[in-house]
Amino acid sequence: MIEGNIAAAGAGAAQSYGTASVASGRGSANLGDILERILDKGLVIAGDIQVNLLDIELLTIKLRLVIASLDTAREVGINWWENDPWLSADASRRAEERELAAESDLRAENRRLRGLVSELEAGENGGNRATRERRER
Amino acid sequence: MTYEGVWVYAIADHADGDVFLPAGVAGTLVRAMTAGGLTVLASNVDLAEFGEAALRRNLANLAWLEEVARAHHDVVHAAARLFPVLPARFATVYHGDASMVAAFAERGDQLRAALARVGGRMEWGVKVYAVPKQRGAEPVAARPAAPGAGMAYLKRRQSEISAKRESSRTAVASAREVHVGLSGHAARTRLYPPQAPALSGTKEPMLLNAAYLLDAGGAARFASVVADAAAAHPDLRLDLTGPWPPYSFAGQEA
Repeated sequence: MIEGNIAAAGAGAAQSYGTASVASGRGSANLGDILERILDKGLVIAGDIQVNLLDIELLTIKLRLVIASLDTAREVGINWWENDPWLSADASRRAEERELAAESDLRAENRRLRGLVSELEAGENGGNRATRERRER
Repeated sequence: MTYEGVWVYAIADHADGDVFLPAGVAGTLVRAMTAGGLTVLASNVDLAEFGEAALRRNLANLAWLEEVARAHHDVVHAAARLFPVLPARFATVYHGDASMVAAFAERGDQLRAALARVGGRMEWGVKVYAVPKQRGAEPVAARPAAPGAGMAYLKRRQSEISAKRESSRTAVASAREVHVGLSGHAARTRLYPPQAPALSGTKEPMLLNAAYLLDAGGAARFASVVADAAAAHPDLRLDLTGPWPPYSFAGQEA
């Protein structure tokens, strides 16, 4: 192996910056980092052997499990990269629509919760009355 | 074993035949070959393992894929540290030298342009994670008296849910701000989907998974910009990886 004289650590050695702790580790590169870079990226020159990597079903399924849990990401609303305005022209419009949809989701949930709260309040009052009535008997 | 296939790692305009590189896929010797005035780093592979049908089968085997992916990466990475390279896409295979040389010679000008655009630059990866807020001391006074317990629970849940949404929204906005800031220091950028926690090895959600193409000598400055961004956003953790060969940018048009 060649030891480069570049001052930084080798690819994959992650340096962490953040509030948690400044950890810096050496080690072999994260497989996911490698795969996401080499599988569908890089210079595409038609080879004699044509294998569309995205056509390989098992590979795709496994990588989906390993690399990106998109559904999970969507659930917590961090799928912004899909429609990043930097990447596509009409994405900012979609982003606005999504914002609006999220807002109305939130409002709907608020309404639902408020409904539950008042039902519960009514129920509690009724329940107290019922208890009193039972005691009185 | 028969070696009728040729596996390509990267292209360079480096003409020196003396390259010392790690072993290639399946332990093969990496050769520097001339094609269309360019140097192609390649090794001879067995088509029984790297032919079309075999590749389809083997690529679905994660253990095989990991071994070959790491070997491919080791060669491209070592070469990129020695001279400017244009990484080839994984699994670019030819039936013999003549066919490979012809394919590259045909696109010599295009490849030289791409090399000028990307070669000599390295890419750095930045991942941004949300750092969960330390649970502040819950106001004890808010503890409900027994009769209103159900209602208070719902109210508490409601405020917890909206606080969680609010902090997730703020973290996403911060991550985006970090990306925009870092982009200003890079020649090019590329966004990847955030990785699943199983892969990233952390429970915190990944908000940004990006690659930045830096000019030679730009790494130290970039690292300090990353550190500053981390200091400015206590709700985020930033991971910096690199230098990587310019994988994410080799296929991009100018």
